[in-house]
Amino acid sequence: MFRTALRNVLAHKARLLMTVLAVMLGVAFVSGTLVFTDTLSNAFRKQSAKSYDDVAVAVTSYADPDDSKAEPGLSQKTADKVGRLDGVASVSGRVSGFAGVADPDGKLIGSGWSNKGGNFAPAANGKDPSYAFGEGRGPVGADQIALDQETATKGKYRVGDRVRVATNGPVREYTLAGIFTTDDGAVNAGGSLVLFDNAVAQKLYLKPGYYSDLIVRAAPGTDDDKILAAVEPLLGEHGEAKTGAELAKQQAEDIEKGMSATNQILLGFAGIALFVGIFLIANTFTMLVAQRTKEIALMRAVGASRKQITRSVLTEAALVGLVASLVGFGLGVGLAVALRSGMAAFDLKMPDGPLVLTATPLVSALAVGVLITTFAAWLPGRRAAKIPPVAAMNSVHAVATQKSLVVRNSIGGVLFGLGAVAIVGGAAMGKESGRTLIAAGAFFALVGIIVLIPLLSRPVIALVRPLLVRVFGVAGKLAGQNAVRNPRRTGATASALAIGLTLVTGLSVLGATVGAAIDKSTTDNIRADYLVKTAGFGGLDQSAVDALAKAPGVTAVSPDQSAGLTLGGTWEMVSGVTSGAVDKVLRVEVVNGSLDALGRGQLAVSEKLAEDRGWKVGDALPTVFGDDKKGTLTLGAIYQENEFLSPVVVDQKVLAPHNDKPSIQQAFVKMDGGATAANEKALVDALGNNPAMTVMDGRAIRDEFGGAINIMLNMMYGLLAMALLIAVLGVVNTLAMSVFERQQEIGMLRAIGLDRRRVKRMVRLEAVVISVFGAVVGVALGAFLGWAIGETIADSIPGYALVLPWGRIGVFLVLAGLVGVLASLWPARSAAKLNMLNAIKAQ
Amino acid sequence: MTSTSTAYRATTAAARATDLSKVYGEGETQVVALDHVTVDFRQGEFTAIMGPSGSGKSTLMHCVAGLDTFTSGSVRIGDTELGPLKDKQLTQLRRDKIGFIFQAFNLLPTLTAQENITLPLDIAGRKPDKEWMRKVIEMVGLSGRLGHRPSQLSGGQQQRVAVARALTSRPEIIFGDEPTGNLDSRSGAEVLGFMRNSVRELGQTVVMVTHDPVAASYADRVIFLADGRIVDEMLRPTADGVLDRMKEFDTKGRTS
Repeated sequence: MFRTALRNVLAHKARLLMTVLAVMLGVAFVSGTLVFTDTLSNAFRKQSAKSYDDVAVAVTSYADPDDSKAEPGLSQKTADKVGRLDGVASVSGRVSGFAGVADPDGKLIGSGWSNKGGNFAPAANGKDPSYAFGEGRGPVGADQIALDQETATKGKYRVGDRVRVATNGPVREYTLAGIFTTDDGAVNAGGSLVLFDNAVAQKLYLKPGYYSDLIVRAAPGTDDDKILAAVEPLLGEHGEAKTGAELAKQQAEDIEKGMSATNQILLGFAGIALFVGIFLIANTFTMLVAQRTKEIALMRAVGASRKQITRSVLTEAALVGLVASLVGFGLGVGLAVALRSGMAAFDLKMPDGPLVLTATPLVSALAVGVLITTFAAWLPGRRAAKIPPVAAMNSVHAVATQKSLVVRNSIGGVLFGLGAVAIVGGAAMGKESGRTLIAAGAFFALVGIIVLIPLLSRPVIALVRPLLVRVFGVAGKLAGQNAVRNPRRTGATASALAIGLTLVTGLSVLGATVGAAIDKSTTDNIRADYLVKTAGFGGLDQSAVDALAKAPGVTAVSPDQSAGLTLGGTWEMVSGVTSGAVDKVLRVEVVNGSLDALGRGQLAVSEKLAEDRGWKVGDALPTVFGDDKKGTLTLGAIYQENEFLSPVVVDQKVLAPHNDKPSIQQAFVKMDGGATAANEKALVDALGNNPAMTVMDGRAIRDEFGGAINIMLNMMYGLLAMALLIAVLGVVNTLAMSVFERQQEIGMLRAIGLDRRRVKRMVRLEAVVISVFGAVVGVALGAFLGWAIGETIADSIPGYALVLPWGRIGVFLVLAGLVGVLASLWPARSAAKLNMLNAIKAQ
Repeated sequence: MTSTSTAYRATTAAARATDLSKVYGEGETQVVALDHVTVDFRQGEFTAIMGPSGSGKSTLMHCVAGLDTFTSGSVRIGDTELGPLKDKQLTQLRRDKIGFIFQAFNLLPTLTAQENITLPLDIAGRKPDKEWMRKVIEMVGLSGRLGHRPSQLSGGQQQRVAVARALTSRPEIIFGDEPTGNLDSRSGAEVLGFMRNSVRELGQTVVMVTHDPVAASYADRVIFLADGRIVDEMLRPTADGVLDRMKEFDTKGRTS
């Protein structure tokens, strides 16, 4: 039987082409993901091992910066004590924080989140072992800095140049004393690093004389664990020491964890692509079996058992799967290599390392490819076994009987019904558990739709038939009818597209809905023309807020200082604002009392909080401030929830005596004349042209919040593209089969006068009808799912309202039509080129 | 029905092949399918082309009907010379001037009998002539079955639909390729009757390739082909006469 299977594979090479392609792409996706993540985590592991290579012990301080009674970190005294221990070669104390470097045009180098500043801590020999200077030397004194090589190159800075650096305070100009290279992970990932003189950095980031970390290096031949044991007793309650080896291992594990999450997401999408491929494979084998009916019946007649027939078909599938997987694996390795160089091209710096090829990706690639193909061929194989021996005797080519679809439809109906109920139920339930229910329901509904799709195909396609006939005449009429001739096949083909579009549409609906809600909340809640914040982590300095207030044209400025107060025994989030300005920059609806009370040092709380706690205007609330001082604050106003305000609002001045380093997230600015270029420039100038400060107008604010959603959507679209590509191959496959099976008909049509152009058009329209049908089903189901998931997050998004992105949905449908046209190029051409006479004589 | 002298004879040719040759392959593998054939198919006449397998009878019909290309000579349908026509024009010519009846019926399973009949008109984008349609459908006796699909019709009924399809567009000439080859003798006789009636009553021109002497006896004229040449012609044939002539091919072998 194996030989028969092998012969069959070889005999149907062309017809198996699309199957091989589909399996190949899916397998390439899987193995590419595995090889890529293997390679990357290996490189990261190596790098983290390298960066902790000469570190014996690292000490980290977990001191609370708000706790003014305790030490803010590890003191110089502690560092010196550690340095005097036996076997310790050197101790470097570290402090770090935000430092943005401006390029000569005043723009920030790097992305904001990866702009770091730190201290240059030379040992007795005048060198800091963490940094190797290629040019110049370490910074000394208040006026000098050093830059990492990459950043210096980006800013075209040479030693001796003046460089503008922004920390959380105002911008300052420094002289570049040196350019260094380092093993620091963040720098190697493309971040910038500014080194300051030790005392300068301590003052900037912590407190003179204190470090947040200590790096201990051992003298040769000393055991790290011994040093660890000696260091530990010297630390206070907020310090924690670990050996370098331990830290390297921990970092490697963190990387592994992060990688495996990425891995799972990518594999999930690969799984979707392979799932879509199943339909294509099943279609192909169904056709091969149907064409071979007589041959199979003959084998049955001469004594082959049903089992043998099924096995023969499955062997054939396994062979195809094996070949496709091997090629797919090769392609996947290529993909992994391309992906890495692709990331480099996009400035995503990855550590270097060799390509890692382990057995796991190869074995999984082969297993996945062979199993998927065999699984997909299982039903056709069983159907083949059911062919009676007598079919060999019938002179007429026995067409597989169109079994009644009643059983199938009932099953599909029940599955879809269950799924739909679960989805609606989940939507009503909301929250996490609702989403789980929706996911389960979505699975059932999707399977139900896939089972039902052959039934749906007739009425849905019948709807468009009049249009096809009117616009395209006889070619449209024939195409419409051909599309529903083999409902199972049409259904399977359309299903493949529907799956991809369900996911794409679901995501788009969610994205549009959330995006619109964000838009609405920004426009509804903000009156300010500008929002000012820092590009990196860490907030604004009070001096920046003061500078904004003095800028020409500014009519109102209010900071958004985040703090905490214990009110009536419970800790609450608090916004510190400027009274008198807050209602000019934010739209605050006061329910009770007046915001003027803020000016008198009173509190305002949100309606919900007041209701929960039973507070009324005029209540005196016992208060515990950040520094544990006690007092009493009077409730002066109750306002409706605002996205940009915490549930409690007080004037900044109330918080000031209890907090020497206020954390100001952002500042809102209202200006005379609204958002204009001149006004924006006035603000930028007022901030001292600080590269680390971002001045955003309304549009930029909306983009800031909505941008992340769009980036995520685009990534998802990209990942789903593979599934859609395989679905397109499925359409090509189906069309090629249809043309092959209908050669005689096409020959006759040509004979009685249908020209080549219209033969092509007929095939093309069939493809378009099938694709658009699949797309419509997918879009409908996707919108339904998007609505359901949206309901579960509606609570957490104020102003939530379902938004159907009609434009985008329209684009999907048009694209589906184009996909149909594209997929039918080759089948249509071969149909038009068909030799009429051979075609008519066939059979 | 017997063949009588009511046969309508015209002098002009609906189709004409002149010095027509068709050669397959080259060198040693060369096969001459048609060897300088000259023949007229007269208007309003029912012509049968006969000959043993491989005699070139189907090739002759395919070339004259614009389905196949030829190596040399010329073919005219009415006033149109086929030789220089491109595929597009040939297709148009087949659509407007030629009707076909195939051995394997070749109906579209997705269309009803009625839709199959009007298919050539649909393709041409013409409205059917109601009166003519009624007449044709009545003649082939399909009035009650127009809404059926081919799978619901017997072989004879399907071929009657095919005959009606060939007639609806009032082509200048209808070609039949073994139209009774897949039918039992009774259904075959019916279909042949319709074809002859279309010639007698509607003035249609019909050319039919067959190897069945009984089928040939329905024609006004039989042309015999052997080895790609016309070797004989018989007017007002009878089944016995045709059979005798065919037997000669077997006994005498090659005739020149």
